[in-house]
Amino acid sequence: MSARDEILARLRTALADNPPPVQVPRGYRRVDDRPDLIGTLVDRLEDYRAVVHRGIDALPRLLSEVDRLAVPIDVPADWLAGYAGELHRDAPPLSAAALDDLDAVLTGCAVVVADTGTIILDAGPAQGRRALTLVPDRHICVVRTDQVVGLLPEALTRLDPRAPLTWISGPSATSDIELNRVEGVHGPRRLEVVLLGSGA
Amino acid sequence: MNPPVAPATGGGRIRTPLPFPTAAKPAVADTQLRANLHRATRTIRAKRARVVDEVPDWEALRDAGSAIKADVQRRLPELLEQFEASATAAGATVHWARDAAEACRIVVALTRAAGADEVVKVKSMATQEIELNEALEAAGIAAYETDLAELIVQLGDDTPSHILVPAIHYNRAQIREIFQRRMADAPADLSDEPAALAEAARAHLRRRFLSARVAVSGANFAVADTGTLVVVESEGNGRMCLTLPETLISVVGVEKLLPTFTDLEVFLQLLPRSSTGERMNPYTSMWTGVTPGDGPQDVHIVLVDNGRSAVLADPVGRPALSCIRCSACLNVCPVYERAGGHAYGSVYPGPIGAILSPQLTGVADNASLPYASTLCGACYDVCPVKINIPEILVHLRQQAPHPPVERATMRVLSWVMRSPRRWAAALRLARAGAGPLGAYRERRTGARTLRRLPWPASAWTRSRDLPLPASQTFREWWGKQ
Ligand code: SF4
Repeated sequence: MSARDEILARLRTALADNPPPVQVPRGYRRVDDRPDLIGTLVDRLEDYRAVVHRGIDALPRLLSEVDRLAVPIDVPADWLAGYAGELHRDAPPLSAAALDDLDAVLTGCAVVVADTGTIILDAGPAQGRRALTLVPDRHICVVRTDQVVGLLPEALTRLDPRAPLTWISGPSATSDIELNRVEGVHGPRRLEVVLLGSGA
Repeated sequence: MNPPVAPATGGGRIRTPLPFPTAAKPAVADTQLRANLHRATRTIRAKRARVVDEVPDWEALRDAGSAIKADVQRRLPELLEQFEASATAAGATVHWARDAAEACRIVVALTRAAGADEVVKVKSMATQEIELNEALEAAGIAAYETDLAELIVQLGDDTPSHILVPAIHYNRAQIREIFQRRMADAPADLSDEPAALAEAARAHLRRRFLSARVAVSGANFAVADTGTLVVVESEGNGRMCLTLPETLISVVGVEKLLPTFTDLEVFLQLLPRSSTGERMNPYTSMWTGVTPGDGPQDVHIVLVDNGRSAVLADPVGRPALSCIRCSACLNVCPVYERAGGHAYGSVYPGPIGAILSPQLTGVADNASLPYASTLCGACYDVCPVKINIPEILVHLRQQAPHPPVERATMRVLSWVMRSPRRWAAALRLARAGAGPLGAYRERRTGARTLRRLPWPASAWTRSRDLPLPASQTFREWWGKQ
């Protein structure tokens, strides 16, 4: 008997007592009724030491500090207005070593959860592949306010499970030394969020 | 029609080489270790309580999480088949392993087939359980742990002592000493500031991440309807391993399934708040098979039984398979705080280890572990999936009454409780982490608890109301004092 068939047979035997069907109670909140989602989001982001900027005018100022910038191929042109540094588009795909030499990456995102300060990337528009937002030490992420939802259940309905998903809540951190959160291990050690759109 | 196949117990690092009391003795005598554990568990209890208190629907989330897991257990064979079909359709290759040894053989063969003689690893309880690093080493393959705490433990030639923070038993000065001794590229003037230690780990692993060809991970969740795997982490070492290498091998216990992608909305709220005490952990990665041009193109999933079928076969002990390895129960356990993780022998320490390890191996092989508890109930209060750990402990004690083990274990527990002040302090700390759930428990257990004395004696009423063997144990112990 193959391992597969044997394991499945073992599990079927183990359920010989025929446990009754389970009704899953879903009494938890699925929609946020907080009035100020953006305020909550900013509070959460800053609590985990992300730096929040507002409005498209923040971008040229931020990017002026960046000598070598990685971007996905479909980055909106207006995000780069006036950028004078070295621009590295991810086409053909940049090697991991090449990405490691760059100072920052600029992307958009798919959905943002205000309640937890979580930015979700799904490799969709203006995001690129996963390595792009991982290897450079500084991630500048543009968030449109219409991408912000209150709670996690609201975010999941907007996502395609088949896409590679990366959920980011603050910069890289560890709690492994005496359980204190310390920023900065292997992922980007600086996370900067630029809020665009109404209410930003 | 095939004859029925009996559920089977497992192997690997899930057996206590020594009875719990013997193993706990050095830890209980080690004042530095106790200070480290006390400090770390106190920190995490406070963090957890703060972020759990701010969630108004926490109890509803726990109820949902508990029910979803019960449903998974009831439908495990069909959900596994569904997961296999979805993951395969998305481009992953699914393998099945009856036990630890078979899982190790599969990973070794896949690594060799990829032409690699080293792998980078994401922290994973399943690979610790099956002793994968040892199997890889025996096959001439170097395994590099990349999680900071796992790296500390690996460099220190030690074994993990906590589910979430395997190096919880070390303080910063001890970690600096290990780095200076074993990390060739550690800076000569390395300080013991956590930020400096993290920086040293970053520099040490950077080149390895950028050049690794094979990564080995576990998974926190495996979604049946989509074939998606989920890894929850903090440092970004997980993202590195899950994204950069060409080949990715994930070792996943069969109990890790969730029926639908939507169910993640429950578990990704429960897990981070219960484990690191954060609203959300810094990074969560989800992948479904292969994505062309993005991440590993050669994706393998090894589904492991290794005793889980035996756990499933016991209707009382079955909920132990609901565990999402958050470690909240360790952090509130007065016995864990005194004895440390190594005393439990198995990779699964603390209250969950005391019920899971004996079920994975058969109670006879881990007979002392069900006694490694005071039955105070703090673990049940904090468990995000509401596993009734005290009830299962009592059930396992009934299965294998070993009077000498029991007596010896009680002696160790009596150390914890010898001084009323010490016992009260341990309980108070445990309670502090339980937050508002204490009151909830009072309501919930009111139905089956006839009389409750005020705390801390309430811990005793609880155990006395439990089935007879346990209460005898405690009365005997009480009588001797
Ligand atoms: S038993 Fe519950 S509290 Fe303990 S690690 Fe598992 S899920 Fe967490």
